[in-house]
Amino acid sequence: MSNPMIRVGVDIGGTFTDVALAHPGGLATCKVLTNYTQPEQAILDGIGIAAEKAAIALGEIGQVIHGTTLVTNALIERRGAKLAFITTEGFRDVIEMRSENRFEQYDLNLNLPNPLVPREDRFTLAERMGPNGEVLLALDAVEVAAMVQRVLDGGYDAVAIGLMHAYANDAHERQMAEALRAAAPDLSISLSSVISPQMRELPRFNTVIANAYVQPQVADYLGRLVARLKDAGASAPVFMLHSGGGLISVDVAAEQPVRLLESGPAGGAIFAADFARGHGLDSVLSFDMGGTTAKICLIEEGAPKTANTFEVARTYRFKKGSGMTVSTPVVEMVEIGAGGGSIASIDTLGRIQVGPRSAASEPGPACYGRGGKEPTVTDANLLLGRLDPDNFAGGAIPLSVEATETAITEKLAKSLDMSPSDAAFGVTEMVDENMANAARVHTVENGRDIEHFTMIGFGGGAPLHACRLCEKLGIKELIIPPGAGVGSAIGFLKAPFSYEATRGLFQRLDAFDAASVNAALVELEAEANAFVKAGVSDAETTTRLTAFMRYAGQGWEIPVVLPYKTFTDSDHSAILTAFEAAYRTLFGRVIEGLGIEITNWSLVVASVLPDTPPVARHDSGPPAKPLRTRQFYDAALRRSVEAQEIDRARMTAGASVDGPAIIVENETTTIVTSAYRCTGQGDGSLRLIRKGDQQ
Amino acid sequence: MTPTAIDYQIMWNRLIAVVEEQATTLIRTAFSTSVREAGDLSAGLFDRQGRMMAQAVTGTPGHVNAMAESVTHFVREIGPQNIFEGDVFITNDPWMGTGHLHDITVVSPSFRDGQHIGFFACTAHVVDIGGRGFGPDAGEVYEEGLLIPIMKFAERGTVARDLIRLVRANVREPDQVVGDMYSLAACNEAGDRRLQAMMGEFGIADLDGLSDFIIETSRKATHAAIAKVPDGTFRHTMQVDGYDDPALMAVRLDIEGDTLRADFDGTSGMSRFGVNCPEVYTRAYACYGLKCAIAPQVPNNSGSLEPFVITAPEGCILAAKRPAPVSVRHVLGHLVPDVVLGALHQALPNTVPAEGASALWNIQISARPGDQGSGLPNREVLMFNSGGTGARPAFDGLSATAFPSGVSTMSVEATEHVGPVTVWRKDLREGSGGAGALRGGLGQIIEIEPREGYDFYFNAMFDRVDNPARGRDGGGEGAAGRVELADGTRLRSKGRQLVKNGQRLRLSLPGGGGYGAPEGRDPALVAADLRAGLITPEQAKQDYGYEE
Repeated sequence: MSNPMIRVGVDIGGTFTDVALAHPGGLATCKVLTNYTQPEQAILDGIGIAAEKAAIALGEIGQVIHGTTLVTNALIERRGAKLAFITTEGFRDVIEMRSENRFEQYDLNLNLPNPLVPREDRFTLAERMGPNGEVLLALDAVEVAAMVQRVLDGGYDAVAIGLMHAYANDAHERQMAEALRAAAPDLSISLSSVISPQMRELPRFNTVIANAYVQPQVADYLGRLVARLKDAGASAPVFMLHSGGGLISVDVAAEQPVRLLESGPAGGAIFAADFARGHGLDSVLSFDMGGTTAKICLIEEGAPKTANTFEVARTYRFKKGSGMTVSTPVVEMVEIGAGGGSIASIDTLGRIQVGPRSAASEPGPACYGRGGKEPTVTDANLLLGRLDPDNFAGGAIPLSVEATETAITEKLAKSLDMSPSDAAFGVTEMVDENMANAARVHTVENGRDIEHFTMIGFGGGAPLHACRLCEKLGIKELIIPPGAGVGSAIGFLKAPFSYEATRGLFQRLDAFDAASVNAALVELEAEANAFVKAGVSDAETTTRLTAFMRYAGQGWEIPVVLPYKTFTDSDHSAILTAFEAAYRTLFGRVIEGLGIEITNWSLVVASVLPDTPPVARHDSGPPAKPLRTRQFYDAALRRSVEAQEIDRARMTAGASVDGPAIIVENETTTIVTSAYRCTGQGDGSLRLIRKGDQQ
Repeated sequence: MTPTAIDYQIMWNRLIAVVEEQATTLIRTAFSTSVREAGDLSAGLFDRQGRMMAQAVTGTPGHVNAMAESVTHFVREIGPQNIFEGDVFITNDPWMGTGHLHDITVVSPSFRDGQHIGFFACTAHVVDIGGRGFGPDAGEVYEEGLLIPIMKFAERGTVARDLIRLVRANVREPDQVVGDMYSLAACNEAGDRRLQAMMGEFGIADLDGLSDFIIETSRKATHAAIAKVPDGTFRHTMQVDGYDDPALMAVRLDIEGDTLRADFDGTSGMSRFGVNCPEVYTRAYACYGLKCAIAPQVPNNSGSLEPFVITAPEGCILAAKRPAPVSVRHVLGHLVPDVVLGALHQALPNTVPAEGASALWNIQISARPGDQGSGLPNREVLMFNSGGTGARPAFDGLSATAFPSGVSTMSVEATEHVGPVTVWRKDLREGSGGAGALRGGLGQIIEIEPREGYDFYFNAMFDRVDNPARGRDGGGEGAAGRVELADGTRLRSKGRQLVKNGQRLRLSLPGGGGYGAPEGRDPALVAADLRAGLITPEQAKQDYGYEE
């Protein structure tokens, strides 16, 4: 008999599949290796282990919540359907011409990523909509019939249809789709007016193509997953975490898999948001550092910041512009190539550079002793005493200090003419700089002042680096939650059911037409509500409305949150006020006398989450009992310091230690620098506060 | 605390983030379309001698490298004794800034504990500067708009109101232009806040030691890279369309040990129209081209730029004298890298690309109601478009991609919301890439029609119509550009022209040149190009000897 209190979150990552099972007795977690050919097998294995730990039967599970990077990987590795793209005549090459620029200014040998659909599989129709949805050139039935034949002859598995201005009038896209469906009922068909009905042809075409490309494969996988779970006795409903940080049913996910692109990382942001709410923190920077990349996300008033476009599958050193821009709702994250496995090298100017190349898990850092010869961030941390060679991953992986010293000496210290420890210091400082700079730029771009934020750090690498980052950024409070190694999977359990519906509807504010806006909003609300109700029929829901607005002549819109209601033409001044407030927050001023435009609308319907119980917060308390003392290199002081080493289990609520300190657990190591003090919290978190800033 | 080598490396890294933040602030607050969409700006930090220490990597090398020289002009004109805390300096002098009146450069001195430590500078292309508007048709710079000599925009924190009034009275979009002047000043302030925080963190009182470290390290690395280029004197010429008469660009490259000189002696004289380049702009693009081929990894600063010694005789079209018109100096400027790389190719075979379309095909459209009594508003539409780049020794050229400029195009759907035009076509121009073992990048075809009730004027400033991009080492020419109506009526490639309602303007952008003899192309690649429709069956047969 299934129990709604028993819920399991499953995150399939590139290396591990993480499982977090919440049950009345607590939380059982486990990590198993990701199975590339049969991802669902790893899920079954992981759930089985977690259920055994929790002493429950699979039949008792009430809900399975799943997120995965498999969709992103399918795009990166170009493993998708044989796909045809149908577009407007004259626009066959939009996805190939991209933005017509180069993302790396000085590289004469630069190559741009190939489009997902080769030119010979891109077909055009003589038809054209105008910017306000007016028909400039009607679509002829003979033309449609000829296209159907072309697609059938080509033997395609899937078709993406993206026509100009289809967000304003979808009639031609539907006409084409219906003809295809009539001729080939089993063909997978994706429409841009359904998948991403927003102005700007390049991201809209990219999005519908990405969707069609992965759709057959994802639908097949999800079907297998549900069937296998059922066979194993777990007949609980399965929900998917979408990129925007909410849950949708498997059926919706199978239709719109492009919404799953960032679902794994979004789970991490939700995990951090839950702690932000528990600790009553309104302004939080989440910092998730793993083996290859670090991800940064702003969490304000308990919710991760979202955006409606992002770039997927970057091909060149995580460089902006080297991937594929898609427009689908997403938790906004900055990702940089900085992790424990990031390789350090010397550039032609004799400067230390770190990443984005990574030693990954094979061969791994030099200290793993698996043949890695290149010095990595983990090696530098080892040499600086921040990691204990005998107690890494609970002693499961013995680290070789000798191999590390050799790698750092040979590849760095010799040519820099400095000691290995100075070189190691250079490596960690450089990677910390890179992460701090990315975090600072991200807050500046959002018109925020980073010094007023609290950092929440998780993932295997963050606890080692977060305190130093806070020093660099002037952040005075840092939280290291428990369970940081499987944060995304735990985060899945904290996500609401939600769906974001979007629509391109261009208007000048001085000619605000309430009737057409209201008509669009009714449709958006119905669409979003239907998807949410498909997951949870009786939940209380909230509705959030955002207009994307700009001054006439500008090319970037800013999101403006508006009350969800039926508008009248006289609401023009209230919308103006909201726009100016949002503009002032971002840019510090408004501009008098310029026209204002609205380009896109977005409406989110979400189920209301139960309140996160407030955490009993402690500023200080009795000293925690150390295991021993050992030395680590304190970057701000530029010297080694004698630090207390403490078992994390001893950092119970109120237990305190002044930095320098090292807090050890199987999954990770938390460094408390000399400038901070660490106190255990009621929810098992560590809370680090800059000395002198204690309340 | 005395900074160590590691500290200097970390601070250098930080400074690059500081100037990126400075540039980001400008991009996000600017009104100018070309700043926002095309990254037509630059931002950087200078030491108190006016040497550039760090610069944001943005869209246009013309700004990037030209601004590097500008701060020394400000120091000289203002006078070191007249530099005060809270000052902001400004100019749009083409010969002191970045080559035409539309670019405004703003320089803000930075102080720490009352001591002058350096400058932040930035440049942006504004939407209007008065005069005839953006186009090549002026006979003298005076017709091209308002010239603001080097002066103070603010002194000790007080803005020069009279300057603002003067600007407002002389430009078509006063709110946007004055708004951009404030944006420029604000982005310098944003940079300064980060710089001050960094100096506090590292406990340094001035920038002198750091500046020496950055500039000397970069200079050494650049000279070392030049030293690897074989010595010799290498000459090259290239003819381009110009405005009314073709212009010859001639360059002589002297490489000796770790020094490099480029001189443009032999280049044609000035045009009567605004395609002339001030020398600073020529130098910027020549340096950019050479740096890409010789020392691409060295960050941009005075130390990495100065080893490239570039001159042009005053009075030639690449070193225009006052009061020559210079408004569309970018057209010839963008072609400069092709000629210097052609010379460098003799020293460094298998390194540089073939010639490309190179000059952007930007089009400014002024839509006007056919019936003045109709009440329909006038609208302005600006589009950035790129042809094909030259093939590289190991790769095909890039199709419809900007080089050497780094601008982006805009969405057609967004453009059609801005003004009453329909863009019927914007796709690759089949068969336009120069034949070769490595094929040149393809150009594109754009067709634009005025919407119901409108005609439009456009300012043509297009090159490579009479002089297509040449191939290298046996590679073929890219297709020449073409400006016409859809019915085949040819139009001029420079100057203002009318497209009436019911007519369609068709622009066929040039392709890039090929690299190596076409017979050397892998037949599988020829077959793939044919399948994708990038080349025609006739080309496959004639150029490559390929038959299915």
